[in-house]
Amino acid sequence: MSSVDLSALQRPNDRLRRRRVVNRSMELLAWLTAAIAVAFLGVIVWSVARRGAGAVDLDLFTKPQVPYAPAGVEQGLANAFAGSLVIVGIAAAMALPFGILVAIYVNEFAPRAIRSGVSLVLDVLNGIPAIVVGFFVYGLIVVGHGQSGLAASFALAVLMLPLVARSTIEVLALVPASLREASLGLGVPRWRTTLAIVLPQTVGGIVTGTTLAVARIAGETAPLLVTSSLVTNGTSWNPLHALQTVPVAIFELTESYEPADHARAWAAALVLLLFVLFTSFAARWAATRSRRKLARTGR
Amino acid sequence: MSALDTTAGAARRPFQGRRTRLGDLLLQGTAGLAAAGAVVLVGLIAWKLVEGAKLSLSTFGLGFLSTVAWDPNPAHAKFGAAIFLYGTVVTSLGALVLATPLAIGIALFLSELAPRAIRAPVTALVETLAAIPSVVIGLWGIIVLAPVLADDVEPRLHSVLGFIPLFGPPGVGENLFAAIVVLTMMILPIVSSISRELFLGVPVELKEAALGLGTTRWEMVRGVVLPYARGGVAAAMILGLGRAVGEAVAVALVVGSGFGIDVNLFNPGNTIGATLANNYQGASSGLELSSLVYLALILLVFSLLVNVIAQLIVRRISRRQGVAAR
Amino acid sequence: MPSTIEAAVRVQTKRQPLPPRERLEQIFDVRGLTATYGSKPALKDVSMEVYKNLVTAIIGPSGCGKSTYIRCLNRMNDLVPGFRQEGTIRYHGQDIAAKDVDPVAVRRTIGMVFQRPNPFPKSIYDNVAWGLKVLGMKDDLDDRVERALTQAALWDEVKDRLKASGLSLSGGQQQRLCIARAIAVQPDVILMDEPASALDPIATQAIEQLMHELKSEYSFVIVTHNMQQAARVADMTAFFSISRGGEGERWGELIEYDSTERIFTAPSDQRTEDYVTGRFG
Repeated sequence: MSSVDLSALQRPNDRLRRRRVVNRSMELLAWLTAAIAVAFLGVIVWSVARRGAGAVDLDLFTKPQVPYAPAGVEQGLANAFAGSLVIVGIAAAMALPFGILVAIYVNEFAPRAIRSGVSLVLDVLNGIPAIVVGFFVYGLIVVGHGQSGLAASFALAVLMLPLVARSTIEVLALVPASLREASLGLGVPRWRTTLAIVLPQTVGGIVTGTTLAVARIAGETAPLLVTSSLVTNGTSWNPLHALQTVPVAIFELTESYEPADHARAWAAALVLLLFVLFTSFAARWAATRSRRKLARTGR
Repeated sequence: MSALDTTAGAARRPFQGRRTRLGDLLLQGTAGLAAAGAVVLVGLIAWKLVEGAKLSLSTFGLGFLSTVAWDPNPAHAKFGAAIFLYGTVVTSLGALVLATPLAIGIALFLSELAPRAIRAPVTALVETLAAIPSVVIGLWGIIVLAPVLADDVEPRLHSVLGFIPLFGPPGVGENLFAAIVVLTMMILPIVSSISRELFLGVPVELKEAALGLGTTRWEMVRGVVLPYARGGVAAAMILGLGRAVGEAVAVALVVGSGFGIDVNLFNPGNTIGATLANNYQGASSGLELSSLVYLALILLVFSLLVNVIAQLIVRRISRRQGVAAR
Repeated sequence: MPSTIEAAVRVQTKRQPLPPRERLEQIFDVRGLTATYGSKPALKDVSMEVYKNLVTAIIGPSGCGKSTYIRCLNRMNDLVPGFRQEGTIRYHGQDIAAKDVDPVAVRRTIGMVFQRPNPFPKSIYDNVAWGLKVLGMKDDLDDRVERALTQAALWDEVKDRLKASGLSLSGGQQQRLCIARAIAVQPDVILMDEPASALDPIATQAIEQLMHELKSEYSFVIVTHNMQQAARVADMTAFFSISRGGEGERWGELIEYDSTERIFTAPSDQRTEDYVTGRFG
């Protein structure tokens, strides 16, 4: 027979007090871990902003690197920015159609077994370290044809592929089956349904996915070290040769002993960080907005 | 709309059917080719790496894995992975040990404890940490972090824990310890975001059942949430480990390029990824290059293993939860 | 007047006559309870008493705030963001709705069984033992577990497979396991939110039988949408209904609270009579 035990409500006994202390401590610990994570982010962003802001000037974007130059010679990282633009652009151009096609196959045509198989392959591809992909492209292209911007683009495209494919698969799956059935029911062939009806619904999602993938690979250094690092002087836009890129430039400048080099490394890091953060945020914000719009229209 | 054209046209042009079927075939074929290409790509990667490593494979065989040497001198060229395997294991495990409790704490914070208003922003902040390019983290690591570690943290650790050989006399700053700190920051977001999803997925009824008995929030988390999410957190840890092992550039900048196996974390060391990033440009001989590709092959095998194990765990969890949902 | 309810009530009153209200011991005294979720009102101005060692049923149409009400009694609504309440809920004289009262302590003495059985994904033994361990009732653990399972009429069915997962039991058995789990920590009151609505008739009967047997040790407050069930098991019955306001607002109010016999045979309020005779709701 349970007795009425109000003591717990009026005067907490030792055990309850101890349990409350433990609960509170764990709560504080959790707050602490969150603070640590935010602090990590804050410290890095603050360092880059503080050290990079002073060194960012017009020269950075207009003048190329001049290796082994004596102090006083004006130089910047124009060649790196040019190279990055070219290489990332070509990589996106390679990965986008490929990724969309893979996604179309997985979501529209593939039988269930193949669908999970290809998904697995995409996950595996996603998990391969960037440096390994770099050495793969080294063996595939660089060994026979030397370094080039195209080789670098190909390596980055391999890294982008699973990201683009996966996000496209997700938005394709969101398109309601009723839409496809309506089109097919009218007698529109499968291919036209997919290209003219289904795909246009997913444009927003594809843009978001590609933008996020570009943000990811814009900062990738490892594969570039192997495929496009032995560069000639001056600013080049020709992808058939090895081109300097921003991440590789930062890498090399960091390892140098000149403080002026370090300053330029921070400047480039700031520009790169701003680019990556801005595109990531923009893509995610656009995605949330379109998701909210879809929810409102009830489609 | 073109569909009407097709329908009306089909009546007028009986051969329209064949053309549209061709369109279907073309699309399905191209898409299927792309998908096959993705599959072939993985195999191609493996094959090219094996091919590139063949010289080193045939010269050193599996002994490569245990050889403690990296001597490019053509007179007595000898290459081995042991130094880098040791460094990779130490830095990755060290990062995992540091990152996991932090990640679980953050995940619990974001799923259970934080006031609703700050959940979304803090989640975004943690995920932003993952977006920082590794070369930027490396730059920060070597110029900002390493001196702080060398001047403040390492001497203090040495004086308190110096009896453990791991915490020997501190050095210049570019060492395995700096690599561990950097890797911890890099794998924290992965482990915490997967864990957060898992904790959010714990059914509300189970949490209410525990709280209804008169347990505190922490007791409920310890008794219901953590056991429920246990498998998924393991998968998250494995994925974090894979990320740490594969990281090349950030580690290359802070690990110090040591060339020996040293128990002291405060001495320079090396990892597979760091060597690949640092040594490619200076590689002099075909044998050295081939040995580098051998190292890349080891990384590939490891990353495949990590993926497979994580997938198996995830599959087992969803099967078990399917039963529980009955 | 539907004959089934009449018959059920007759069986009920034949079993035990209720002493006059003045002689019953009060455990809950609710005064002016008003509950809101964010800006939406759920309950307005509920005042009633709950008596010891009785089964008190809360009936009413869906949306009248029955679940909200019962969850106020053990501070479970604290878990819902945006929930706010006014009024007092005195438990043996102490206001448990006060801000400075620790809900953890409240739930220890006022336990709850939920609508859908929710055993932990642990073994049958651990389902009952976990609460005991955490709350510091570790002595004679095996005995306590056995006693709780026996009281919940589950011991004979599971005594040979205590290590089996709690989820391997049937729905009715799972609910009895949840009852055992709640009983094990020796609460004073057991709140039940539609405890048998997810169960088949045979399992339902087992649960009702349990309430009848355990009444001597615990006090029960149950929410049910099944009037016959209330007529079968409850000593006192409270009828809640939906009131409508100016701008399309809806909230729940206590309409009538009396002995079950009175509620079903001679209700004072027309709305009560309409509900129990099936004319609406």
